[in-house]
Amino acid sequence: MDGLSVRDLSVRFGATTAVAQVDLEVPSGSVTAVLGPSGSGKSTLLRAVAGLESPASGSVSYAGADLARVPVHRRGFALMFQDGQLFAHQSVARNVGYPLRLRHRPAREITVRVAELLDLVGLTGFEDRSPATLSGGERQRVALARSLAVEPRMLLLDEPLSALDAGLRERLAADLAAILRTAGTTTLLVTHDHEEAFAVADRIVLMRDGRVVQGGTLDEVWRAPADAWAARFLGYAVTLEGDAARRLCDLVAPQAAWTSVALRRSAIRLDEGGPLAGTVLAARVGPDQVRLELEVDGLGRLEGVADPGHRVQAGDRVALSVVPDRLAALPGPA
Amino acid sequence: MIGGRRAARLGTAALAAVPLLVLVAFFLYPVGGMVARGFWPGGAFHPGGVWDVLARSRVHRVLWFTVWTAGLATVLAVVLGVPVAFVLHRLSFRGQGVLRTLIVVPFVMPTVVAGVAFRELIRTSGPLGGLHLDGTPTAIVAALVFFNVSVVVRTVGSFWEGLDRRTEEAAAALGASPLRVFGTITLPALLPSVASAASVVFLFCSTSFGIVLTLGGLRYANVETEIYQLTTQELDLQGAAALSVLQIVVITALLVLSHRARRGSPALSRQARRGRRPRWRDTAVLAWSAVVIAMLMTPLATLVEASLRSSDGWTLANYRALQTTGSDDALLVTASSALRNSFVIALQAAGIALILGVIVSYLVSRRPRSGAGRRASGLFDGIFMLPLGVSAVTLGFGFLITLDRPPLDLRTSELLIPIAQAMVALPLVVRTLAPVLTSIDPRMREAAASLGAGPLRVLAVVDLPHAWRAILASIGFAFAVSLGEFGATSFLARDDSPTLPVVIYDLIGHPGAANFGMAMAGSVVLAAATGAAMLLVESFRVTSVGAF
Repeated sequence: MDGLSVRDLSVRFGATTAVAQVDLEVPSGSVTAVLGPSGSGKSTLLRAVAGLESPASGSVSYAGADLARVPVHRRGFALMFQDGQLFAHQSVARNVGYPLRLRHRPAREITVRVAELLDLVGLTGFEDRSPATLSGGERQRVALARSLAVEPRMLLLDEPLSALDAGLRERLAADLAAILRTAGTTTLLVTHDHEEAFAVADRIVLMRDGRVVQGGTLDEVWRAPADAWAARFLGYAVTLEGDAARRLCDLVAPQAAWTSVALRRSAIRLDEGGPLAGTVLAARVGPDQVRLELEVDGLGRLEGVADPGHRVQAGDRVALSVVPDRLAALPGPA
Repeated sequence: MIGGRRAARLGTAALAAVPLLVLVAFFLYPVGGMVARGFWPGGAFHPGGVWDVLARSRVHRVLWFTVWTAGLATVLAVVLGVPVAFVLHRLSFRGQGVLRTLIVVPFVMPTVVAGVAFRELIRTSGPLGGLHLDGTPTAIVAALVFFNVSVVVRTVGSFWEGLDRRTEEAAAALGASPLRVFGTITLPALLPSVASAASVVFLFCSTSFGIVLTLGGLRYANVETEIYQLTTQELDLQGAAALSVLQIVVITALLVLSHRARRGSPALSRQARRGRRPRWRDTAVLAWSAVVIAMLMTPLATLVEASLRSSDGWTLANYRALQTTGSDDALLVTASSALRNSFVIALQAAGIALILGVIVSYLVSRRPRSGAGRRASGLFDGIFMLPLGVSAVTLGFGFLITLDRPPLDLRTSELLIPIAQAMVALPLVVRTLAPVLTSIDPRMREAAASLGAGPLRVLAVVDLPHAWRAILASIGFAFAVSLGEFGATSFLARDDSPTLPVVIYDLIGHPGAANFGMAMAGSVVLAAATGAAMLLVESFRVTSVGAF
């Protein structure tokens, strides 16, 4: 097949196994995110793909060709780290032009291409700046431009946005997604932040303790988390099991037989005509909605939302409804 | 509030005064006294005489010899040392700790011992006798390199360890071959530390005393041995003072340069990541390092071999002879009592150097906010580096001529030699401790203070847990350096209570195979003692030891 194919890959450091028998496909032109907490082995997986770690077993191949004997610099991938790793002793233009100079492109062409790339990442005219004078976001943009300079077969991103503050991260995530689509670059991204993964990627692979828990398109993964842990990591606010899950099931999908269910915060909504009743434990007004903490009769402690207009306060008895597409059934209690 | 701040400022000033006073009394005053002798010959100010000295053709020869031997030795030390720095600080393999220790041993090796070892190696009947190096400048350069490779390895290595290797990985992923990565990314990043190491090595080489004295004989002299020659043999104090002044000026300039180079480099990374395992493509650097380390060990091996030999084959007689005063009573006391004496003096010197070094390091690690404060702090730091470069001979002779009458009459004081050695070891202690203290995030101190910890409490809960290893390591380092100190001690040691390096130098000056064998045995014992001290130091895993 086209694109990256990882088969049964294991990486060990002494007695610890960082990556255990991982299978992974990154189709050509797609953006795949490996999502996992720190220590899940996702960065090691990325480094093994780049050729920076040697696998204990298994294979990494690209477009059908095995890469086991191909050194890092011949793989035609570009690697970008959390903090960009710009070359501090070179100007922005020299940083971006670095891979072009490695390939002995003519100086004229390099100048033009660098300007193009800086344009692409929204840093027109930054050529002569020193990396030390850039903000975190600008640095990441320069690193991205440098990575894209020679149109790599694949782009490897290690937590590309994690070092940035929230607002900037959101904006840059959207830009990154757009730039990657424009360039059509096959991308493997690792991150611990599900929002970053959802903002940038179109496929997601979930990793825990060196193993792949589940993988698929955003929608597939989001709709059907593999288990309670996966659901929590994907951003579901709470999971219910046993009686509480069955009661909710009867209410929303009587013909199904859930034993475990994950709810997003917005799955429980304050609704005067709703079938559930509960007590408000805390209410906090936000810009888009009121965030509630609730003790729901028969279901226990849940989180929920209300429209901004509602005046609720701790201690109020309220009626609640369930929004069915904001919850996901889980395959049995773990 | 303002009163509190003023009290803190007063406290800092009082703290700074302690090492400053000691430095003034036991470094600037003696060195100044020595220099003054040159400018005021016979009591009248006569600076022209100094100028006349510098115009002598013999002085020109000495200067040129100093510069070219030191320059060549510096280049060689860098070329030999940088690959070893990579192997010992960037890779990770079994036995690396032992190698890291071995590499520092030459640096703390008493210069006299090293000189003796080299002579043994290259004398006509020695292992390298066929090369006919005895009495040549090549031998001197080789010995200077032997001493200073470790400075390059430690300085560049500890810096290299702290470089984020992901920068190199990013370059490799962009298509740069390993050689290309080194040339375009690693080398430019390493340059400040290479420059810093090179300037310090040049400094050490151009002020080397014991080596040139033992290997150069009468034919070759550098500024340092020339000062010695002029003061002790020809009693030409004016000439000696002129050379001292020149040396101080050049060395101050070098120290400023080295300080500049160091300033550009980031603070020491406290938790260096483990190196990677060696791979096949590291074969060349591994082989290079093996050769360099073998070259460093050869003189020492020769020394051990010579100490175990006498005219009738293998023997321990040379070691047994250490209990005696040598054949024909070459010495006034036994070598073993000199060793005991050396230990006591080195312990006292290490203690003094540590107390002063801790205070200086503490003060320079606090980054003042104001520009004036920062400049004062930088100046303070620089002043305490001066003993690194000022001739130990000048210092020793300065002690002799200034501390023998009021206000400071220490002729009979037991502490005279320990103080002189402490002055020599002090910069090394500061360079070990200050980077560690500077690397502590000041916000940790601020957090502790905001939680109600007073200044002393902050020291105990923040600085001490970070620095105790470095403190112990610097005691050992100062001890090892003091144990082998020869330049200043050779002036100050009394004949009835010499240190072991002085005894060794006396022994090789006396005729007779027995005395020579005894000198070899004494050298091995001294080398073993300094080596053991360094092994202990190395076990604390403080990368700033021996780095500049």
